[in-house]
Amino acid sequence: MSEPVQRVLGPVALDYTVHAGSVTGAFLEALLDKRLVGRRCPSCAKVFLPPRGACPTCAVPMPEAVEVGQRGVVTTFSVIRIPFDGQVLTPPYAAAHIVLDGADTPLLHIVGECDVDTVRMGMRVEAVWADPIEPTLASVRYFRPTGEPDVAWDAFKEHLG
Amino acid sequence: MRPVHIAGIGQIPNVRGDTDHDEVQLVQAVASAALAEAGLHKDDIGFFCSGSSDYVMGRPFSFTMAIDGVGLWPPKRESHVEMDGAWALYEAWVRLQHGDVDTALVYAYGKGHGAPVDGMLTAQLDPYYEAPLGPSPMALAALQARALIDAGRLTERDLAEVVAHARRLGATHPGVPAIDGPLDVDALLDAPYVATPLRAHDEAVRTDGATAIVLSVGGGGPRIGGIAHCIEPIELGLRDLTAATSVRRAAAWAGLEQAGSIDVAELHATYSPQAVLLRQVLGLADAVVDPSGGALVADTPFVTGLSRIAEAARAVQGGAVRALAHASGGPCLQHNLICLLEAR
Repeated sequence: MSEPVQRVLGPVALDYTVHAGSVTGAFLEALLDKRLVGRRCPSCAKVFLPPRGACPTCAVPMPEAVEVGQRGVVTTFSVIRIPFDGQVLTPPYAAAHIVLDGADTPLLHIVGECDVDTVRMGMRVEAVWADPIEPTLASVRYFRPTGEPDVAWDAFKEHLG
Repeated sequence: MRPVHIAGIGQIPNVRGDTDHDEVQLVQAVASAALAEAGLHKDDIGFFCSGSSDYVMGRPFSFTMAIDGVGLWPPKRESHVEMDGAWALYEAWVRLQHGDVDTALVYAYGKGHGAPVDGMLTAQLDPYYEAPLGPSPMALAALQARALIDAGRLTERDLAEVVAHARRLGATHPGVPAIDGPLDVDALLDAPYVATPLRAHDEAVRTDGATAIVLSVGGGGPRIGGIAHCIEPIELGLRDLTAATSVRRAAAWAGLEQAGSIDVAELHATYSPQAVLLRQVLGLADAVVDPSGGALVADTPFVTGLSRIAEAARAVQGGAVRALAHASGGPCLQHNLICLLEAR
């Protein structure tokens, strides 16, 4: 009798053609011009960045495109200190929620060009673009401190959740 | 049982290759339309339930993105099935029987055009005995067709006739993409085989789209007179492919025998032999079958079954006394749902 079978490999691979759609597509195209373009809800007037296909509170489409600033405020952050599968950056690095000037929703990104132990809530940061630019959010390499005074808690606390 | 009515329907045309809408946009379009028809606001809805597949959309947690389209902030009671939206409607119907909420919004969305649906359906077969062989859904449907032909239950001409029927009716339906190919039975029979005894046109046209339905306890609109589902084993060798046992049982449990004559039926047949088999086992000789053209001319994965309920409800709104909607999942009609709709 031969060796008993202990495992069977059943590899599955599927190829997709996925379209970003008109809203996400417009956001990605604007990145090619180093612009960050969100959408304003016609009902609650909040500006979503990245844009979404509908306002998650009001459930209406958001046809109005709004370019937001390239500077913003860190509303919350975490310093990643351990390696994991699929990691792109080398620890330690700071992942942060950044509300850009003119936007009402936080963008998840990286804070760079500073000691991770100096990253703090209320810190002012600005986008640093990659070269070359591609239609993905990785075209913003990271956000770096601007050196401006910190933003007071009351000015960004509504964006925490 | 609490009486559950279809209070509103939201539909958009099924299209071949929608590059404009993501899942949020698809859902927003149909959910807002269904709510408007019901005269309700999303904040009036007690329960939300959706049907979709991340494998169809090609992105993980697609259904958690899609809830933006119905505005689930602040958080609401919400559920999702990785099944056709017809089963989301079933869950919502059960949820409404609990008695504490009176309204539900059900929706389904899918993109079948760019998705590797054949590969996906093959991958979900039994992982030891069937999936490694890689049979295509067309090949499995052909096995069922051959079994039915050998049992004297249908002929290739019967298959061509249901395809011609679907194309004739679908050609004038606003939700169906342009019909590509002949409408004539003899011309259809001249087409080459793909997997004998099936030809390319025996397979449904895969499309992109979405459908939403608002349910309410009491009120107006077509009433759900009975709803039930039944499933057979995944191993095809354990099933009699000519018997449609789970279709018969779902129909019996939904109360088809007691219901009286069916005026209109909408069937979820993604291959022509299924369309013939369903007509036979459901006894639809006197019914108008698939006035929308049915699944063969517009098959949006995970939406088609819910769309059948929507189309049957439209028929009742249009004057039919009693309509039957059928939804299916799995190979060769493995899992089946029957929903009977009645005028108030």
